[in-house]
Amino acid sequence: MIPTVPQSNVLKWSYRAYVTLFFVYLALPLSVVCAFAFNDSVFPSLPWEGFTMAWFFGDEAPFIGVFHERSILRSIGTSAFVAIWVAGLAVFVGTCNAFLFVRHNFRGRGFLYILMLLPLIIPGVILGISILVFSSTVANTLEDATGLWFDGLRPGLILVILGQFSFITTFATLVISARLQKFDLSLEEAALNLGATKWGAVRQVTLPFLLPAIVGAGVVSILMSFENFNTTLMLVGSDSPLTITMFDKLKHGSTPVLNAVSLLLIICSAGLGLISLLFQRGKS
Amino acid sequence: MTSDKSKLGFYLLLAPLLLWLVVLIILPHIGLFFVSISEKVGVREYETGLGNYAVFFNEPLYWRTFARTAIMSISTTALTLILGFPIAYYIAKMTRGRTKTTLFLMCLIPFWVSELVRTFGWMILLRETGIISNALQSIGLISGPVEFLYNDAAIMVGLVYTSILFMIVPLVTTLDSLDDSMIEAGYDLGGNGVSILREIIIPHAMPGIVSGCIVVFMLSLGNYLTPILLGGKDSLWFTGLIYTQFITRFNWELGSAFGFLLLALSSGIVFLGLKLSRQTLTETMGR
Amino acid sequence: MSATPDLECIDLTKDFNDFRAVDQVSFDVPPGSFFSILGPSGCGKTTLLRMIAGFQFPTSGDLQIKGKSMIGVGPNKRPVSMVFQHLALFPMMNIGENVGFGLRQRGVNKSEIKTRVERVLERVGLPGITDRKVDQLSGGQKQRVAIARCMVLEPDVLLLDEPLGALDLKLREHMKVELKSLQAEFNTTFVYITHDQSEALVMSDKIAVMNKGRFDQIGTARDLYYEPHSAFVAGFVGDANRFEGKVTAVNGDAVEVVTDKGLQLKARTINGTVAAGQRAQVFIRPEAIRLAQNAADADLGADARNYTVQSVLFNGANSLAILRDAVSGEILNVTLPQTGTFLGLNKGDTVYAQWNPQQARCYLVEGQ
Repeated sequence: MIPTVPQSNVLKWSYRAYVTLFFVYLALPLSVVCAFAFNDSVFPSLPWEGFTMAWFFGDEAPFIGVFHERSILRSIGTSAFVAIWVAGLAVFVGTCNAFLFVRHNFRGRGFLYILMLLPLIIPGVILGISILVFSSTVANTLEDATGLWFDGLRPGLILVILGQFSFITTFATLVISARLQKFDLSLEEAALNLGATKWGAVRQVTLPFLLPAIVGAGVVSILMSFENFNTTLMLVGSDSPLTITMFDKLKHGSTPVLNAVSLLLIICSAGLGLISLLFQRGKS
Repeated sequence: MTSDKSKLGFYLLLAPLLLWLVVLIILPHIGLFFVSISEKVGVREYETGLGNYAVFFNEPLYWRTFARTAIMSISTTALTLILGFPIAYYIAKMTRGRTKTTLFLMCLIPFWVSELVRTFGWMILLRETGIISNALQSIGLISGPVEFLYNDAAIMVGLVYTSILFMIVPLVTTLDSLDDSMIEAGYDLGGNGVSILREIIIPHAMPGIVSGCIVVFMLSLGNYLTPILLGGKDSLWFTGLIYTQFITRFNWELGSAFGFLLLALSSGIVFLGLKLSRQTLTETMGR
Repeated sequence: MSATPDLECIDLTKDFNDFRAVDQVSFDVPPGSFFSILGPSGCGKTTLLRMIAGFQFPTSGDLQIKGKSMIGVGPNKRPVSMVFQHLALFPMMNIGENVGFGLRQRGVNKSEIKTRVERVLERVGLPGITDRKVDQLSGGQKQRVAIARCMVLEPDVLLLDEPLGALDLKLREHMKVELKSLQAEFNTTFVYITHDQSEALVMSDKIAVMNKGRFDQIGTARDLYYEPHSAFVAGFVGDANRFEGKVTAVNGDAVEVVTDKGLQLKARTINGTVAAGQRAQVFIRPEAIRLAQNAADADLGADARNYTVQSVLFNGANSLAILRDAVSGEILNVTLPQTGTFLGLNKGDTVYAQWNPQQARCYLVEGQ
């Protein structure tokens, strides 16, 4: 059925009703999380005790708001640190991969491409444990051989960054390749023809064209890093990123301060996502 | 393009890719495999053998959890497809311009938000003191508080919610690329809704269906948060077992074996799905 | 009229919000004829065709096929089939499945579908291709498969939505002839819409020229070309020199016009449509103008006039000379006769040109 083909009204309206119901289902959990960030009660559940901003700004127990809750603030910092490293690395490697796969034809290209896609179909937990096992083995070997300590290879932020990077790079590669494929190679040839060097042509013509995709990939990487849980869980050391901290609090039952953090997360990620979409649309 | 300079450029581009794939993907998995076939016989003494796998097959709890995880993930995938397809079709074919963009964005926003937050939302809704229990009490359908959390249905609701967007997005993309005139031609030649869906729309949407199913299946199989939080402490999910072996019991050998079994299961089912639908990984995931 | 027309539209109107796409269109198409609707893009011809196919419902008016009203009948229940602009061959099916699609929907049994598909493919000149994929066919073959896919259902009317638009020029010329002969072969009513006048002129038994949602004129190709009823038809069908100016004298259907730049023209109009003093347009076809190289050859009595050759556009049989009137500066395009007399014509030469006033058409400028 498409709009130009007439349908019975019953069918049309029940279809619409289903779509509406679906969007209610989609919006419900998030709206509930947001709403209870303002409940003046120590439990994120009914009854509704009245409106409060204490879960954001409160500084008296038990009403300790997000902005005064040390552990949460610290984990937001940790998450941001991880996210920026992951996004930077993933975008860099993703851009290189895009040029490699779009511009070069070489033996084993198809095989490498499939290998590049693999992280998409490896469960995050397994990526986590495989990197954990591998790095620990390397660390053990090195420590046995040299007698020095290799803390970077033990669970901690470096492993978290590497673990997230290992699958986020695939997404970055796909986003950037898609745009590079649309690039008209004759533009670069025109630049070369006008006297630019090979690298100059890439820098002045191709990279600006890719910029929306690079920014988009960066934003997606940051979002994915921020919300990643499975891989991080296996590799985390003493500094835990936000999702891990929230998970620990959630397991032990918590105050609506979690709702407040979630609300901020929702606003930030929706905002970031929208900006990256607008940016990509504006440029294309 | 065979000058030394462009050769150098080629290797410079190849290096990060190889470094990434070899160091972070290939070697760790090989390492994982070797750990999984080593058995601890004493302090820092290991023997090669399939003992860890034997433990898995001899302990009903383990392989039952394994089977349960697989079956529930497959049901989640099927349910997601059935629920998501009409939505994707509505967005792709029944709406235009602004409405389409808005609906699509409304689908995307929850996907940008952390899975933890989404699951937290369901906990608030479903718990004994939650919204749904209270709402049903106030309209008189139930007489006292009812716990909707900590059962398999709650896990399914959460899994479908978490993954449905990964079904809808590829479906919208493929359905969008189906020219309206194909559907019109189908009607013009005497087809009806059902036959057009079966003969034109679904065959066209196959790559999207397969890629959506693969992603949803992977996400469900590898999920840890949703089963733990919505299914409660006793809910058994295979990733939970892996976590226990690695972090709580510190039995990495058995944990690695579990990991490898999960990997084999997921690759096996993805492979089967691709073969049955005659698609390739590059086509469906590489977009 | 003895037989019921295959297709009849009565005051058919379609509004989109406050835009009227099709405005009270009435026509009928007798069985077995090739009917074209010719108009520029945006004139409403696609909307009209889609109403006939059932993908749009008319705001008012009636639409009958073989005497039965089609109002409220879905596209899958109408005895019409359509060849889509980009053909809409199903890429997920092979050729045999494509052509057999409609028969499968009707529940025809498998062996009969097979024979009927093979028969229709043979009739369009493509026997034995049932197992091929759509993308293995050439552009012309796809056209024929699209037609076969419709014709296998034996529709009362076959609608064609500019199907030649996507083809390159050579193939398009070839397909024009082919379409016409396919129509004769199947003896089915074809309704063809196009913005390409030569497609319409070559293939059609009758052509309707559509402009801004209305039919300006319905007639044979000859009628439209030689007896256009309106300035729009005269300008849209075929090439013409167009002049705009003031009517100075009217005598029955003979008029005299002075263009804005001061060129005096004699032309024919439809009796009583223009009066002296009104603004009018005059259309003269480039091939209706006679050239002479010197005054002696020109028949001075019939308003021959001398011009300077501004340029010669050589294009084989369609070569043109662009002439400039020395006094007024008006430009005149003239088809060069193929007799060899003007082979040596060069820029700057002086030639004499004249035409029969009966072949120059004069129309009132609208909106006075």
